[in-house]
Amino acid sequence: MSVSFTGYTDRTKRKTVKGENTLDEAYAIEFKGISKSFGKIKANDHIDLALRKGEILSILGENGSGKTTLMNMIAGIYFPDEGHIRVNGKEVMIRSPKDSFDLKIGMIHQHFKLIPILTVAENIVLGLKEKDAMDMKKIEADVGALASRYGFEINPSEKIYNLSVSQKQTVEIVKVLYRGADLLILDEPTAVLTPQETEKLFEVMRNMRKDGKSLIIITHKLNEVLEISDRVSVLRKGKYIGTVDTKDATVSSLTEMMVGEKVSLNIHRSDPVNTQERLDLNQVTCRNGEGIATLDHVSFTVSGGEILGIAGISGSGQKEVLESIAGLQYIESGEIHFTPPGGGKEKISGLSVSQIRALGIKLAFVPEDRLGMGLVSSMDMTDNMMLRSYWSGKGMNLDRKTPKELAEKIIKELEVVTPGVSTPIGRLSGGNVQKVLVGREIASNPVVLMVAYPVRGLDINSSYLIYNLMSRQKENGAAVICVGEDLDVLLELCDRILVLHNGKVAGIVEARTSTKEQLGLMMTGTVEKMMGGKEAAV
Amino acid sequence: MKKRNGISFGENVLIHAIAVILALIVCAVVIVALTHQNPLQVYAGFANGALGNPRRSWITVRETMILLLIAVGLTPAFMMRFWNIGAEGQILMGGVATAAIMIYLGNSLPSGVLLILMLLASMAAGLIWGLIPAYFKAKYNTNETLFTLMMNYVAMQIITVCICFWENPTGSNTVGIINQKTRGGWFPYLGGNEYILNVIIVMIITVIMYIYQRYSKQGYEISVVGSSQNTARYAGINVKKVILRTMMISGAICGLAGSLIVGGASHTISTSTAKGRGFTAIVVAWMAHFNPFVMILISFLLVFMQQGAIQIATQFGLNENASDIITGIILFFLIGSEFFVNYKVEFTKGKKEAA
Repeated sequence: MSVSFTGYTDRTKRKTVKGENTLDEAYAIEFKGISKSFGKIKANDHIDLALRKGEILSILGENGSGKTTLMNMIAGIYFPDEGHIRVNGKEVMIRSPKDSFDLKIGMIHQHFKLIPILTVAENIVLGLKEKDAMDMKKIEADVGALASRYGFEINPSEKIYNLSVSQKQTVEIVKVLYRGADLLILDEPTAVLTPQETEKLFEVMRNMRKDGKSLIIITHKLNEVLEISDRVSVLRKGKYIGTVDTKDATVSSLTEMMVGEKVSLNIHRSDPVNTQERLDLNQVTCRNGEGIATLDHVSFTVSGGEILGIAGISGSGQKEVLESIAGLQYIESGEIHFTPPGGGKEKISGLSVSQIRALGIKLAFVPEDRLGMGLVSSMDMTDNMMLRSYWSGKGMNLDRKTPKELAEKIIKELEVVTPGVSTPIGRLSGGNVQKVLVGREIASNPVVLMVAYPVRGLDINSSYLIYNLMSRQKENGAAVICVGEDLDVLLELCDRILVLHNGKVAGIVEARTSTKEQLGLMMTGTVEKMMGGKEAAV
Repeated sequence: MKKRNGISFGENVLIHAIAVILALIVCAVVIVALTHQNPLQVYAGFANGALGNPRRSWITVRETMILLLIAVGLTPAFMMRFWNIGAEGQILMGGVATAAIMIYLGNSLPSGVLLILMLLASMAAGLIWGLIPAYFKAKYNTNETLFTLMMNYVAMQIITVCICFWENPTGSNTVGIINQKTRGGWFPYLGGNEYILNVIIVMIITVIMYIYQRYSKQGYEISVVGSSQNTARYAGINVKKVILRTMMISGAICGLAGSLIVGGASHTISTSTAKGRGFTAIVVAWMAHFNPFVMILISFLLVFMQQGAIQIATQFGLNENASDIITGIILFFLIGSEFFVNYKVEFTKGKKEAA
């Protein structure tokens, strides 16, 4: 069987011999020499990659390595500048999501594309053309059958707004399966899941593979790669590095491929010494515009010289906790007290940011929304440094000299990659933006340091740099609060971990003696445990 | 079509220069169609009308300064992303305050005192007119675009009421030239020059505002609030206070422009005293990206075309709307060129579908 191509140069000079099965057909999808640039940035540089039929392939790479860009080209969101794509041995042009769809490719994005007010079944058939009137009962039955075939648990007539995040993800997967997808691409699917939900997802993926589907999972989590995939393809800085069989790979071999050098991924954690209570939250309750309690009688303390981690499903109240302490969130009831190193408890709940500052309390806050809250993306580094210091000094005029020196110091010490202090921050890459933000916040030697998702989107080296910066602040006596989503990191970095569920404190545990599973159970509200140190029988 | 990463100064100037040249060509075509005259002669007429003799040149300078002042007044509000569309009304209120002083006190106070009173009163009137929508935005988060726009109409009605009291001659429904014989309240000549005071006032305010925006703490607060109110709050900036303060400044400067018009130029007040300059200034400020030097250039260009068109209209028998058409064509090309500054158009070879 020969296929003719119009207007292309076939880069692989493979000759097909009559009667012999070409290797190409054993592949569900192949990338040959794919390149894609955005302005000066080469996101994908001549990538050659292949997914075999009926396998689970992990595409592994640091943040910024080009994984999502590559997959977006199969999904029809971007179009390659160079190179071509083959599906089932045939060369294809995927110019839009519809082409991708017609090729039986289904992509499950990180950000779901569901309509909350409709039911599961309605979302699944959204956009499909039916000649006759829709028979919802039949559709719901079909959806239910499809789901149970692979081991999904969903109710087809349930409204989306009632579903949890992991259930919504299930709907997205069933949606593409219903539309006949044979090739599924999952983009960082476990970022929003608890350990237990991740296990369930992997079960389902294995069932799909048994059924002959081919799957690609994009991830940067090494332990998951080792658990679920058959082979691993590694990307680094836009280039394809290589593919290995998972059974031959180890955490360090994969890390070396991802980063390009041997890195020891150790977080230095010392034991807390001379801890003094700094923050005391007592029955803090906050309500959102709809009257729902985003924080519900939350009480805990944080001491200087320790790192308290905060874990929880996204939206459990993490943002509200940090913002209440900072003075950015209105507290309906409850109190927050601060004890300075010299002693003497002061009430800080109800004070604004500038009032807290006026009391001389050095509170540093690295928010989740870096460019939308922590920094001004159109301003340069010097002006961004001034966000924390512009009011100082006499008179009406700004002092730009001191912030500029601080900016230069941060560039040097944290190795920020930037054309210079006068480049707008928005032009820097995610990792460098975060370095600037963290650098500025710790520059004042804060007494309380709060960080939210500090390494989200960052490459490995920057991530470990920031973990160690936080450890150093702790050793300097600061009370550090770290909201994070990677439970493995939290267990390694923090001294104690507080788990939030639905705005309530589900439990506070010692990090050194807890497990991911315990945290996972608390995150979903399955187990209510109080106070660290003692482990109740689960 | 790709978004540009950044653009060199030279390329930027080139794109705008091409836009202006294209605009002039299209205008020439339009003019030929309308007047059947040689476009170069028509353009010469423009230049004649704008700069032909010292008197006309000074009028051009005066008008440029007024337009510039309004643009300078709008700048702080726009940098804060507070869309002050009410400059027209603020100018009018400043004009009313000035006219009131001229009419009631014009012949009883020395001219130095009168001048200071007029300037202060016009700034106060503009300040109040800008403060009202700002208060409602800060307290109730009302839409400032609509609010400031509505205030323009209120200002016009206030003038209509005032005209009832200030009619001269009675029954004519116009105020006429105020203090025509005594020149009471008229901006004094300086060094023998009628309009140099206008120029001095505007240049001083422009320099002050430039320094304020770039080098003062309050200017910094304006920039941060304009970029992101979340970030401003995070940094401890009192966003409400900044909104109120900035609109007071913006309104005051636009009000001041009103006194320059009433006291220093037309010496009368009517509902068309502002002549749409409150809106034109928005274009000037925006297209200059709030750079005062560029604002001077753009103001000059627009006033040049405006004054020139008046000449053309009489010389070649064109309708006075001809100047609006020409201004419109130039603005069209200049605004269009902004697209090419931000995006680069490339042609990719179409590939055939082979799925």
